[in-house]
Amino acid sequence: MLLRHTPKEIKERTALRVNPAKTCQPVGAMYASLGINKCLPHSHGSQGCCAYHRSVLTRHYKDPIMAGTSSFTEGASVFGGQANLLQAIDNIFTIYEPDVIAVHSTCLSETIGDDMNQIAAKAKEDGKIPEGKFVIHASTPSYVGSHVTGFANMTKSMALQFAQKTGIKEDHVNVIPGYVEPSDMKEIKRLLKEMKVKNIMFPDTSHVVNAPMTGKYKMYPDGGVTVDELMETGDSSFTFALGQWASEDAAKGLDAKFSIPFDVLDLPIGYKATDRFIESLRKNAGVTVPDSITVERGQLMDVIADMQQYLYQKKVALVGDPDQMIALTEFIVSLGMIPAYVITGTPGKKFEEKIKQITKDVPYEVKVKAEGDMFMLHQWIKNDPVDLLMGNTYLKYIARDEDIPLVRFGFPILDRIGHSYFPTVGYMGALRLVEKILERLMDRYDRDISEEKFELVM
Amino acid sequence: MGNKNNKVFDPEFVKQEMIKKYPAKVARKRAKGIVVNKIEGEDKVVPEIQANVRTIPGIITQRGCCYAGCKGVVLGPTRDILNLTHGPIGCGFYSWLTRRNQTKPETETSENYMPYCFSTDMQDEDIVFGGEKKLKQAIREAMEIFKPKAIGIFSTCPVGLIGDDVHAVARDMREEFPGTNIFGFSCEGYKGVTQSAGHHIANNELYKHIIGENDTPLDAKFKVNMLGEYNIGGDAFEIERMFNESGLTLNSSFSGNSSYDQFARAHTADLDVVMCHRSINYMAEMLEAKFGIPWFKVNFIGAKDSAKSMRKIAKYFDDKELTAKIEAFIEKEMAEVEKVRLDVIKRTEGKTAALFVGGSRAHHYQELFKELGMKTISSGYEFGHRDDYEGRKVLDTIKVDADSRNIEELTIEKDEARYKARKSEAELDALKSDKDFEMNDYVGLMPDSEEGSLIIDDISHYETEKLLEICKPDIFCAGIKEKYVVQKWGVPLKQLHSYDYGGPYAGFKGAINFYKEIDRMLSSKVWADIKAPWEQSPELVAKYAFNN
Repeated sequence: MLLRHTPKEIKERTALRVNPAKTCQPVGAMYASLGINKCLPHSHGSQGCCAYHRSVLTRHYKDPIMAGTSSFTEGASVFGGQANLLQAIDNIFTIYEPDVIAVHSTCLSETIGDDMNQIAAKAKEDGKIPEGKFVIHASTPSYVGSHVTGFANMTKSMALQFAQKTGIKEDHVNVIPGYVEPSDMKEIKRLLKEMKVKNIMFPDTSHVVNAPMTGKYKMYPDGGVTVDELMETGDSSFTFALGQWASEDAAKGLDAKFSIPFDVLDLPIGYKATDRFIESLRKNAGVTVPDSITVERGQLMDVIADMQQYLYQKKVALVGDPDQMIALTEFIVSLGMIPAYVITGTPGKKFEEKIKQITKDVPYEVKVKAEGDMFMLHQWIKNDPVDLLMGNTYLKYIARDEDIPLVRFGFPILDRIGHSYFPTVGYMGALRLVEKILERLMDRYDRDISEEKFELVM
Repeated sequence: MGNKNNKVFDPEFVKQEMIKKYPAKVARKRAKGIVVNKIEGEDKVVPEIQANVRTIPGIITQRGCCYAGCKGVVLGPTRDILNLTHGPIGCGFYSWLTRRNQTKPETETSENYMPYCFSTDMQDEDIVFGGEKKLKQAIREAMEIFKPKAIGIFSTCPVGLIGDDVHAVARDMREEFPGTNIFGFSCEGYKGVTQSAGHHIANNELYKHIIGENDTPLDAKFKVNMLGEYNIGGDAFEIERMFNESGLTLNSSFSGNSSYDQFARAHTADLDVVMCHRSINYMAEMLEAKFGIPWFKVNFIGAKDSAKSMRKIAKYFDDKELTAKIEAFIEKEMAEVEKVRLDVIKRTEGKTAALFVGGSRAHHYQELFKELGMKTISSGYEFGHRDDYEGRKVLDTIKVDADSRNIEELTIEKDEARYKARKSEAELDALKSDKDFEMNDYVGLMPDSEEGSLIIDDISHYETEKLLEICKPDIFCAGIKEKYVVQKWGVPLKQLHSYDYGGPYAGFKGAINFYKEIDRMLSSKVWADIKAPWEQSPELVAKYAFNN
């Protein structure tokens, strides 16, 4: 057994985190920053943070992830990191020539109280930021929230530190896609195009962290929201914020500053959440739904109807980020399956309430936990097993020990490909999720069924 | 030196191109870390290189931190110490199972915490009011659930800043839980200038808290400690196989596939052999000074060097039967190795490589490339010191700067009761005066590298790009952060931290694996097919068709 020390008996823990279902803010901020065109993320802390974040993102995307670091030493930790950051800004603009440096803090620079706003202002004053170039910053202490919080903070910063109001109302809207894959961002853009909604989407990591092989490395790939677009977000007529944890703050910030009305929606994972997104677009962007989208939805419903018997009342354990878990749990319920256990490592009591509400009619006592961990999930499974696991790669240890099939979903996926290219949002994304779930469940059925009951047609 | 494009490799030109764009101060500093290799005289004197100094902020380095070197590298591969990270969640999360240290517990129920991540997951109130209380509670919970024989506490950046005393907590907890060895590491990420500081701290605490705990020696002959081998991809398994089949006994491993008990009896060995000089030389020196265990450098990367290292061990023990057994083993293994090598070299001869990894691998792996008839045109370490480049002969000339001074240097005294000379003075003198034997020595990367190759310490992203642009080596060896950058250029990259989820590459079986792997990478069809047909010469083809 790989996880041989995980006992069935559950003891209360108040201080020891075992096998976390979250990581720290800066990595989310780094990922969000990559969604700005020609932007170099910068980690204001010691080198290890930056190395760790680049490594995990690289392993997840199997693509180059570039970022700078302030390379704190003990001296900088005592006297403050201003000199390091000023020097870093100067070097980065000279050597790597990005349009934007997006600085995020770390537990180190937060604990010593470095004021990034003041340091950025000083950089400007000292002439270290060339004309037409920008430094934005977000406060992302690792000891608050999770990687999702960091993503939300950087997303808010990129909107509020760039957005301007010209007074001329444009006919475009803002779309904040939430902490999703580049494939998902591309799919959301495709839906918006089908719906003829002129939009500015931020951040947008599609074609940045899934860049093509060309024979020549491009430090700043062609994707990402541009600085000009970010500036125009202040003139947008509406903001669609997908995922409360990752996107609400930015939408609220834009509303507070520029009076832009907004709708905070669930991530469009599964048909119900996608329906609500399309409905909100229809209402708030004043567009009609084209037949092409209705056809996609119909195709999804057709497959779900065809395959009901293999899904009905199958028990699933889910672990991941709150926005994903909320939408996915709803989808699992609508497929007739049972989301037996739902865990996120990210704090937030609202999460538990929301999952309880989604699962109130499920014929099973659904267990839900915010600020939970995978050790706890494993213990729950040991006490009452499930048919399927859904979550990141770390679940493979539980999957192997308990012999339960696993659908990889969320962050990080370190051992399989696909998430960069094939979305799980929208109706087509939901279709892919159904395909993946069925594949695992039916392969397992084929493996376990006796020879006389083995079927050709299913 | 040439490459497939028949370009002349001019290292001085490449160096100038690398630093040309830098601001003047940066260029001056980086120039000292980029050296054209030159080997002079019988003593193999090489030029001085700047190493183990601060990275310039904003330069884009591949370096990690002190915590990574301590918790990740040195203690990470030990299965039965419960490694508890004291800090916010990130550090524990990123170092969770990502280094590929394989381990094989003795039985199905033996302790193995490596698939687990333990953290105090500090929150803002812990930062404001101090985290010692939470740390103590976390240890109590770990004791209640897991009952480990040992717990290591690893400090992350904020721990040092807010003044949590992990050593005091460990002391209190040892009293509360007698029978469990609980100890702390002050390995905050900002200490030192690379992960190297963390190696040193890890060595110190292992020495203080575990070494010498168990005086009962293994009932075996030729007991060897393997130092600086971390069992990435199963390297330590292969070395252990080689030991077993040739009559040697692996007494203790630092720290691939290691256990607490191995550390506890390390002082009972007959010999220490050192693989990764950078991460573990401190331990070799401490074990020699306190307990009298002689040490020398070995290299089990490359078949020739593996054979050479085995023979070195045979010579040290000077036992007829052992020597015969080792010779017979080498002969058997080399026959297998040569069969594969002679096939693969047909496709690899004359190709070029660049290696930027670690504190010893950029040196060791050049041997494997040499065996394949390949030239290493450029190499360097991420966290090496000058002695790893130029050899231990320069140790006395290395200036100790403020960043190194902060890392505790233990004063080691001879353990009068347990010190035991393994060799007579005369025997040791004979080994020491034998130049080729390199007793207590490490010659370093540069004397073993190609004359005229470019040695680059802490290579930056910009320098990597320039190297690829100008020299385009046939294969590049580095880590995960560089991997896809290099491959976007159409050059295959072999990860030599994680081995790209392959291995083992150590020893004789490992050499065979590596030959085959390099053969696969260089023979892969994908690199030639990167461009679509219409991208290769679009206008020319169109015109030609039109005119006809």
